[in-house]
Amino acid sequence: MAGSGTAHLRPVDEVVLRVEDLTVEFPASGGRKVHAVTGVSFDVAKGETLGIVGESGCGKSTTGKAIMRLVPITSGTVTFNGNEISSLSGNKLRELRQELQMIFQDPVSSINPRRTIGDVVTEPLDIWNRTDGAEELVDRVLSDVGLDPQVARPKRRHEFSGGQCQRICIARSLVLDPEVIICDEPVSALDVSVQAQILNLLEDMKERYGLTLVFIAHDLAVVKNVSDRVAVMYLGKICEIASPDDLYYRPAHPYSAALLTAIPLPDPDVVPNTGDLAGDLPSPMAPPSGCRFRTRCARATDRCAAEEPIVRQVGDDHFVACHFPLVGEVAPPSTSAVRVATSS
Amino acid sequence: MARRIIAADGGHEGAPLLEITDLRTHFLTPHGRVRAVDGVTFTLERGRTLGIVGESGSGKTVLSRSIMGLLPRSNVERTGSIRYEGTEISDYSQAEMRSVWGPQMAMIFQDPMTSLNPVMRIGRQITESLRYHLDMDKAEAKDLAVSLLKSVGIPEPDKRFKEYPHQLSGGMRQRVVIAIALACGPKLLMADEPTTALDVTVQAQILNLLDAQQRERFMAMILVTHDLGVVAGRAHDIAVMYAGQIVEKASAKTLFSGMRMPYTEALLESIPKLEYRSHTRLASIPGRPPSLVNPPKGCMFAARCRYVQEQCLEEKPQLIEGDTPDHQYRCFFPVGTDAGREALERNLAEGRVPQTDDVEVAITAPGGAK
Repeated sequence: MAGSGTAHLRPVDEVVLRVEDLTVEFPASGGRKVHAVTGVSFDVAKGETLGIVGESGCGKSTTGKAIMRLVPITSGTVTFNGNEISSLSGNKLRELRQELQMIFQDPVSSINPRRTIGDVVTEPLDIWNRTDGAEELVDRVLSDVGLDPQVARPKRRHEFSGGQCQRICIARSLVLDPEVIICDEPVSALDVSVQAQILNLLEDMKERYGLTLVFIAHDLAVVKNVSDRVAVMYLGKICEIASPDDLYYRPAHPYSAALLTAIPLPDPDVVPNTGDLAGDLPSPMAPPSGCRFRTRCARATDRCAAEEPIVRQVGDDHFVACHFPLVGEVAPPSTSAVRVATSS
Repeated sequence: MARRIIAADGGHEGAPLLEITDLRTHFLTPHGRVRAVDGVTFTLERGRTLGIVGESGSGKTVLSRSIMGLLPRSNVERTGSIRYEGTEISDYSQAEMRSVWGPQMAMIFQDPMTSLNPVMRIGRQITESLRYHLDMDKAEAKDLAVSLLKSVGIPEPDKRFKEYPHQLSGGMRQRVVIAIALACGPKLLMADEPTTALDVTVQAQILNLLDAQQRERFMAMILVTHDLGVVAGRAHDIAVMYAGQIVEKASAKTLFSGMRMPYTEALLESIPKLEYRSHTRLASIPGRPPSLVNPPKGCMFAARCRYVQEQCLEEKPQLIEGDTPDHQYRCFFPVGTDAGREALERNLAEGRVPQTDDVEVAITAPGGAK
C-alpha cells in the first residue's frame, strides 16, 4: 500500500492485540522527519502468530518496538486485551511488560556477559518479587528450551553458541509466563541448521505456554513457516495481509510477488529470476506520494501517485492495499508482473 | 620489481586457473591447534563458478582467505599447494601477492560498509588500484571508474564518483565493492558471502549482477555462502564444507539430484521451503559442529548423523569418487545407496538417534567464526 485503512481488522473482543493507525516518526536534522511507520493497523487473535515481513527499513522492527513502547509512538493506538496501552507510562507500563515480552535479533548481545545464565533468566522474577518457587521455575523453563539447567546455570554467555544464546533469550522471555511475545528477527543471525531448531522450539513453546506471537523477519520462507497470518510491510506501510499459504499461491500486491520471486530456491533447475524489483527503497524522510511502492512498481500509473490505496478485501481473509492488485476485480494494466502469480 | 610476476610469466599453457592441493590452515591458540581448514583439494577452470557452502565455523571463509593470502601474520600455519595458472603462489610474500591482488584475483567481502574506507570518496577507492596496477593517469582512471560504476548498475555514476560510502545504501555500497574488485579485470573473483548482509530483493540484484559480469568477462568465481539457495542456480560446481574439510563436491545438478553425504541432505532439509504449508515441522540438525581443536576420531559429522554406525565413530572416511567422475563425498553409508538405507533402517530399528543439544564449553576458532 503501501496504503492505509482498517478493513482487515477484526472485532476488538476477538483479538489480544490491536494496533490502529500506528505512526512513528523520528526527528531528523533540518526539521525533517523520518517516517518510520505511517498509519499501520493490524490485530492478533489469541494463540495466533502474526508474521510481519519486509525489507530492512520498512518499519517492521519499529512497529514491534512501538508495541513494546521501546520507541515513542507519534500517534495511533495499541490495545492489549481491550485496554489502551499506548498512553501508559511509569509503573503501569512496567507492569504491562510482564504480559508482553520481546526476543531480539542478536541473541549474544542481548545477554549480559558478566552475569551467569541462572541470574539472567531469574532476573525477571526478582524484579516482580515472584521468588516463591523461582528456582524450580527457572530450571523448568531452561529444560523446556532444551538446555540442561544444572550445566547452564553457572555459565556465562561466552560459553554458549549463538543458537544456545537464543534459547536462553527465549527462556528469559518465558519465565514470566507472558501472553504475547514479540520476536524481532529471532533467527536471522543464526545458521540454517540452528534456525530450524529455534523455529521448531518457538512452535513448541507457543503450544506449551499458550502464547500469541508477533514474528518479525525479512525472510518470507521463515515467516510463512511459523505464521497463521502474514502482513507484508513496505516503507512504513502495510501492503498486504493474508494467510501464509494464500499469500504464497496468490500474492495480490506486486511487492509481495516481487519478494516471493527474489527468494533463491535450493534447486538448480529453477532459473534464478533476473530482477523484477529494480532500485532501492526510497528515503523514509521523503516517502513517495500516493502509493509508496509506486517508484519500484512495474504496474504503477498516474493514479498510484495521486491517490493512496486503501486496504480492501480481495479474498477470504486476504486484504491488499493496491489500486491494481494481481488478483481481484480490477484487471491488471499489463501482464508483465503476472508470471509471478502463476509460477507456483 | 615484484609487480606483475604472473603476467610476465604468462602462466603455463593448459594449466587450470586455480589448483588447490591439500591446503591446511591451522591457528595456534592457547586452547590448542584449531584446524580451520584441514586438507582441502580442488581445481577451478577459467570461467567456472564454484560454490562453497557450509555453516558458520565450517572453514569456508578461512579457506577463501587462505587462497587470497589474507591470513593474520602470526600464530597461523598454512601448508599445501596453491597453484594459480600453474604458478605456485603459496610461498609468495605480501609484497609479491600485491601483484596478484587486483589483476589476477580479487575479493568481495560480506559487509560492504566495513570493506569500504569511510573517509575516502568512492571514486578514489576505485581508481587507486587502476593507477597502481595499470599505470593509468588520473583522467583515464576516472573515465574507466565511471564506466565501471555504470556497468555495476549505479545510477548517476558521475555524481556518485565524488560521494562517500555513507551516502549510499547497502546494496549500492556492495555494487561499489564489486566495481573495485572488477576494476583491474581479475581472472578469479572470490565472493565471500557477498549478499548475506543484504535484503532478499537486493540480494537477487547483486547475484544477477555478478552473474552477468562473470559471463561478460569470462571470469572464474568462488562464491562462498551458507545458503544452498544462493548457489543452486548460479554455481557450476558446489563444494559442501564441514569442520574444515570438503565433505561433498559435485556439479550443482548432481549434488541436488543425487546427494550422497548425509550432511548435505540434512542441510537442505533444514531450509524452510516456500512450498511447505505453514507450520510444517522443520528437520533440524541436532547438536553442533565438532571442536576443531580435538576433532573426533571418526567421521566429523558422526555425532549429528542419522546414518551413523560403529565404523563412523572409529574410522575417518576419505573423499571417494561417486557414480559420476565429478562427484566426490566422504561417507561410509552414503545417502541413496543400499548401505545408507540399511544403516538408517538399523538406526531407526534400534532407536539410535544422534544426541540432541547439550550444553558444553564452546571453543570458537579465531577468524573462523563470522
